[in-house]
Amino acid sequence: MLFRKASSPFISAQASVHSIMYQVLYALIPGTLAAIYFFGWGVLINLILAATVCLLSEALVLKLRNRPVEAALKDGSALITACLLALALPPLVPWWLTVIASIFAIVIAKQLYGGLGFNLFNPAMVGYIVVMISFPREMTFWTPPLGAVDHWLSFSDTLRVIFQGALPDQSTIDSITMATPMDTLKTQIALENDIASTRSHKVYGAVFSDISGKGWEWINLLFLLSGLWMIKRKIIDWRIPTSFLLTLLLIANFFSVVDYATYPSALFHLFSGGTMLCAFFIATDPVSACTTPRGRWIYGAGIGVLVYTIRTWGGYPDGIAFAIVLMNMAVPLLDYYTQPKTYGKTEVE
Amino acid sequence: MDSSTQLHHFHGGLHLEGHKKISSQSAITPCKPQKLYVVPVQQHIGAAGEIIVEKGQHVLKGQMLATTKILLSAPVHSPVSGTVVDIGKHAVPHPSGMEADCIIIENDFQDEWVARKPVAENYHQMNSHDLRNIVRNAGIVGLGGAVFPAAIKQTETNIHTLILNGVECEPYITCDDRLMQERAREIISGADIIGHIIKARECIIAIEDNKPEAIAAMQVAIDEDDTGFFQIKVIPTKYPSGSERQLIKIITGKEVPINSLPADIDVLCHNVGTAYAIHQAVFKDEPLISRIVTITGNGVKQPQNMEVPIGSYIADCIAQCGGYSDNASCMIVGGPMMGYSIHSDQVPVVKASNCLLVTSNDEIYPANTEAHLPCIRCAKCVEVCPAKLLPQQIYWYASTQNFERVTEYHLFDCIECGCCSYVCPSQIPLVQYYRSAKSKIWEMEADQKKSNNARKRHEARQHRLDEQKREREERLRQKREMLNSKKGKTEENEIDVKKAAIAEALARVKQKKETQAIQPKNTDNLNAEQQRQIEEADQRRKAMKREHDE
Repeated sequence: MLFRKASSPFISAQASVHSIMYQVLYALIPGTLAAIYFFGWGVLINLILAATVCLLSEALVLKLRNRPVEAALKDGSALITACLLALALPPLVPWWLTVIASIFAIVIAKQLYGGLGFNLFNPAMVGYIVVMISFPREMTFWTPPLGAVDHWLSFSDTLRVIFQGALPDQSTIDSITMATPMDTLKTQIALENDIASTRSHKVYGAVFSDISGKGWEWINLLFLLSGLWMIKRKIIDWRIPTSFLLTLLLIANFFSVVDYATYPSALFHLFSGGTMLCAFFIATDPVSACTTPRGRWIYGAGIGVLVYTIRTWGGYPDGIAFAIVLMNMAVPLLDYYTQPKTYGKTEVE
Repeated sequence: MDSSTQLHHFHGGLHLEGHKKISSQSAITPCKPQKLYVVPVQQHIGAAGEIIVEKGQHVLKGQMLATTKILLSAPVHSPVSGTVVDIGKHAVPHPSGMEADCIIIENDFQDEWVARKPVAENYHQMNSHDLRNIVRNAGIVGLGGAVFPAAIKQTETNIHTLILNGVECEPYITCDDRLMQERAREIISGADIIGHIIKARECIIAIEDNKPEAIAAMQVAIDEDDTGFFQIKVIPTKYPSGSERQLIKIITGKEVPINSLPADIDVLCHNVGTAYAIHQAVFKDEPLISRIVTITGNGVKQPQNMEVPIGSYIADCIAQCGGYSDNASCMIVGGPMMGYSIHSDQVPVVKASNCLLVTSNDEIYPANTEAHLPCIRCAKCVEVCPAKLLPQQIYWYASTQNFERVTEYHLFDCIECGCCSYVCPSQIPLVQYYRSAKSKIWEMEADQKKSNNARKRHEARQHRLDEQKREREERLRQKREMLNSKKGKTEENEIDVKKAAIAEALARVKQKKETQAIQPKNTDNLNAEQQRQIEEADQRRKAMKREHDE
């Protein structure tokens, strides 16, 4: 008999951060595969590049901070940041841009705040915003989705574009890239062309599909399904995605009903750009999100309002990164003012 | 109040693996008599009693060893007949391994009872006050683990609902389960006595649905009573349903307000073990000198429920269970969620000891207090907290010693049930952080109180000194004023005298001058005419001078 000393509770659910993070990573796989399928090798190259840089910079900073390196690398959180970043960046961005975004995300937004659990902002979104503001031209290097154009960049061509800036023969950067559906709509609406004529346009109408954009609808659908799987497994909270998607749906629906020629449908909003990735993978990042039940409703709704506002009236085609970071700032306040009523707070009748 | 049909929910909670089968299958066995018994004087919440026996004195079984006049306290009694061999400090079951005042009795194995006069059925004719005194003198405390003196809870008369707590929600523990199975009639009788004391209108017996045999046995006992006073409520198995306030929520749908007692919402809650002890006190005049203890876990060879005299060494109980198994690693008093580990088995079983859980190496997973991962704010703890707190926020501020914030996030509503630590993916020993924060705040408050008192004393002294100083100065001032006024008068006089003297002198000079001035010059041998003219001139000069003077 050892008479080991311990403190209650003596049993545990044996849950682990590692297991949560890896389940999130698994859930990212289907949507990521779809993104590679529709937008080419660039997505995969970005992913590998971002993952390498994120892990390396995390290891380096942890070493400098005299913290255990191996355990932190194994928790999977840096890999999630790399994945989100790579999925948000255009597939043909130059390599150094991905490197800058990754370093910024891990070193500045995560480790300088104290590492896992202490970052106020979602690291991937901070990295994305830095390059979005600094290199707006490169951030338009989206490949046309599969089925929109005839040509298709090979793996080696994509490598050369990303690492050497060398374009394939007889092509310009404009001929191998193409604006996203949301970007196209935004430009055309600004030029006072209505949605219907834009979608049926013989050149830039090619990126659209019946629901939203070619490829985008599938990627979003897969992230939605993976998200539902995560909710079922209680890996993420259901309130934030529900509140965000519902808010986006209601606002988008209101405006498109009022003026369907200039405001795209709710369905377009839900299945375009990073909507589902945001709903289930970014907004639900536990560290930077609200923790109270009521706070989570407000947090999700806030992101919904901001995303719609930035998409519709802002200067950027998609507003997810900004919406997330703005709502991250509100989290401490929301957590404080939405504390649940504790047991016994009700008065005696 | 409608507590007749529907059950309610409390927030959070856990569905834990019961591990009850380890000990629930064996009937309650009596603990074999031992040589020595160590009876701690304080085994309850409240003040310690006053020892009324002496070293060397012979005592009888059931004889009172320590009494008390204080309300929040309970007496203790001898578990056997024998001799008091020592009175002094002895190790008691406590996480810190502390020692406390104990009375050590050597068994004479005569099993000789003190004279008993049970009131038995006559309790129906007794008033609440006298019945309460029986409960009080029998040293009965809450046997669910809180060891709150039972009689104090019963001071409220006109409680609507008496809830009999047979929930036993912690894993491993089966002592109440066995008690209900084997002594249901006595429990019901004890509940009837409590009901009589507090004039309750109904008694609800709450039992978790994982104890079908106990439910059946209790139902049989209730069916013998035709008053309709008793009613069994089978509640879903969920930890911590057996916690008083959570159970009240389940049964009545009401939450006991913060800083209030269940009695404030007309409810009283007693453990089934307590009801049994009350029956024994009233029907047999037996004080609380033994209790049912679950001895379980993979670390003990023959897990079982045992009726153990209070004061028996834990080591003796374990020996009767076949001893420890080879991989025994940890001795927990209480359940795995809220119990505490002890350093040694050379401590007595006390009134609070409902379970001795001896775990094997692979059975428990105590959170690693040294190297847990940081909180990732997943809020799993928020979902399971039965007090509806935000454990992650409390942890955040507790770990940074921000005690003001910790209190704002209601740290003191925490019941330390351990649900948050159980689900935490970062394996943070949250409850430990809360306990530590609570004790630090209490310490600070005590210091604050002390320094406040010191400050008040200092201020009072300062005030007194100031007052004395002021009075002294006032007296001095008055004295000085008095002196000053006297001195002032003398000066005035002096001035007057001087002034008068000057004026006198001046007058004299003037007089002299005047007489001199009118002294005729060349006045010798003057005729009358001349004399007259001189006199006229003198008169004019005099007049002119007077005019001029004026």
